[in-house]
Amino acid sequence: MTDNETELATTPLDSLHRRLGARMVAFAGYAMPLQYGAGIIAEHLHCRAEAALFDVSHMGQASLLGEGAAAALERLVPGDILGLKPGRQRYTLLTDDQGGILDDLMLANLGDRFLLIVNAARKAFDFAHIAAALPASVRLVPHPDQALLALQGPAAARVLARLDPYVEQISFLGVSERTLCGAAAIIARSGYTGEDGFEISLPAEAAERIAAALLAEPEIWPAGLGARDSLRLEAGLCLYGADIDTTTTPIEAGLGWTIGKRRRMAWDFPGAERIRAEQDHGPARLRVGIRPEGRAPARAGTPLLDESGAEVGRVTSGCFSPSLNAPIAMGYVASTHAADGTRLGALVRGKELPSVVAPMPFVPHRYLR
Amino acid sequence: MPETRYTKDHEWVRLDGAVATVGITEYAQQALGDLVFVDLPEPGRTVAAGDTCAVVESVKAASDIYAPVAGRVAEVNRAIVEDPSLINRDPDGEGWFFRLEGVTVDNAALMDEAAYKAYLETL
Repeated sequence: MTDNETELATTPLDSLHRRLGARMVAFAGYAMPLQYGAGIIAEHLHCRAEAALFDVSHMGQASLLGEGAAAALERLVPGDILGLKPGRQRYTLLTDDQGGILDDLMLANLGDRFLLIVNAARKAFDFAHIAAALPASVRLVPHPDQALLALQGPAAARVLARLDPYVEQISFLGVSERTLCGAAAIIARSGYTGEDGFEISLPAEAAERIAAALLAEPEIWPAGLGARDSLRLEAGLCLYGADIDTTTTPIEAGLGWTIGKRRRMAWDFPGAERIRAEQDHGPARLRVGIRPEGRAPARAGTPLLDESGAEVGRVTSGCFSPSLNAPIAMGYVASTHAADGTRLGALVRGKELPSVVAPMPFVPHRYLR
Repeated sequence: MPETRYTKDHEWVRLDGAVATVGITEYAQQALGDLVFVDLPEPGRTVAAGDTCAVVESVKAASDIYAPVAGRVAEVNRAIVEDPSLINRDPDGEGWFFRLEGVTVDNAALMDEAAYKAYLETL
C-alpha cells in the first residue's frame, strides 16, 4: 500500500500537502494528495456545502501567442476559437483524423494570448501535437513553473473576494488577470465539480503562500484527488483516459455541444467526416449515466447487460456518490439502450446488479448563471 | 480466553476454541479510507484459508477480504452491511465481519500482536 515516490514529480504545494497530513499517491507521474485527514466523503460533502481547495498543479499550462493563434488552433479542435472573446474561457477537444479525442482542455482568451490547460497525463503529447501544427507566426510556450489551484463550492466566491473583491464580478467561464496577495494570478470562474468556483493559475513561488491564505479561511478545507473524482462524476463530467480517449468521438461522448456552429457549417477540423456522419445518422453507442440499485458500486470495466444477458456496453467510471449515498457510474452503451430509464444489468463480481440508465448530471450543476 | 492473531493482509482473527471472529485492522481501515459497501459470505459456506470471502468498497476502489483460517461461516455482521462506516469507526470491535466455526488454524501463517506491530514497522 506504499507508493514508490522516488521517481515522481512534485507540485509547488508538496510540502504543504505533507504538513496537512495528506495521503499522497502517484498520479500521472506526480505525487498528489488523494485525501487529507477528513477523508474523501467529508471533503466531497464540504465542497458541496461550503468550499474546497484542490491542488491541480500537475495539469499542463501553456500560452499560445502570435498572429493567427486562434485560426491555428481551429485546425486542431472542433470548437469556435475565433469567436472566443477576450476574457472568456471555453471547454474544447483535440480530435484526431478518425474523430477520436486526443485530449480535452480549457482554453482562455487573455486578449494578447491564449492560455491552455490540459490533462497532466497528456501534456507532453498535447504540446508536441499543437506545436507541430503551428505556423511560423504562432508560438506555444509551456508554463511548467505555474501552479494551478481550484477553489470550488458555494462559498468560493465569497471567500476569494476577501483576497480580491473583484472576483465576484467574474462571470461563469469568465477569466481575468489579477494581482492576488501580490502575485500575478489568472483567475477563471470554472471548475470540475459542478459547483461555482475558480481555477487560479499562479507562479510556483506564490502558490503555497496563497493556498495557505485560502486555507486559513474557515469555510475552506483542502480536498484531494479522491473527492475531485467523485465530485466530477456526480457532475457528469468526463475524465480523459477513462470516459473519453482516442477510441471515443465527441458525438458518442455526448460532447457534440463543443462543436462550434460555424465549425458545423465548414466541417474543417480533424475527424470531421466521422463526427458529421455520427451527428447526422446517430452514433452506434452513447455515453450515459448509470444508477445501480443497492449500494455496490459498478467500477470501470463493468459489463452492462440487456434483458437477455447480452453485453450492450461497459462502465468507464464508477464510484459511490457521497451526495446521493448511492452508487453512480457512466459508461458507453449501444444507442438502442441509451434512453433514460432503460433497465440494464451491471455484472459485478459475477452478480448482475439491476441498474438503470439515468440522466446526468447526477447532482445538479450550481454554476453562477 | 480468546487470542487475537493477524495476517499480512491486515485482518485480525479472534480465536475462541473452534470459533474465529474476523475483521480488519486499524491500519487496514485507514488505508482503505471511507467504506461505503460490504459484501459478506453466505452463512454455511465452507472456506479455506486464503479464500476471498468478502469485499469492501471505498468511494474509489474495491478490496477483497480473505479467510484467515479455514472453517464454515457461522454468522455475519449485518450491522456493517447497513452502515459500512462502522468498520472505519471501530474496526477491532463493532466493525467485525464474520464468524467461522469448526476452524483449523495454521499458526505459521498468523502473527501475534507483537509480530504484527513489527510487521507494520516494515511497511
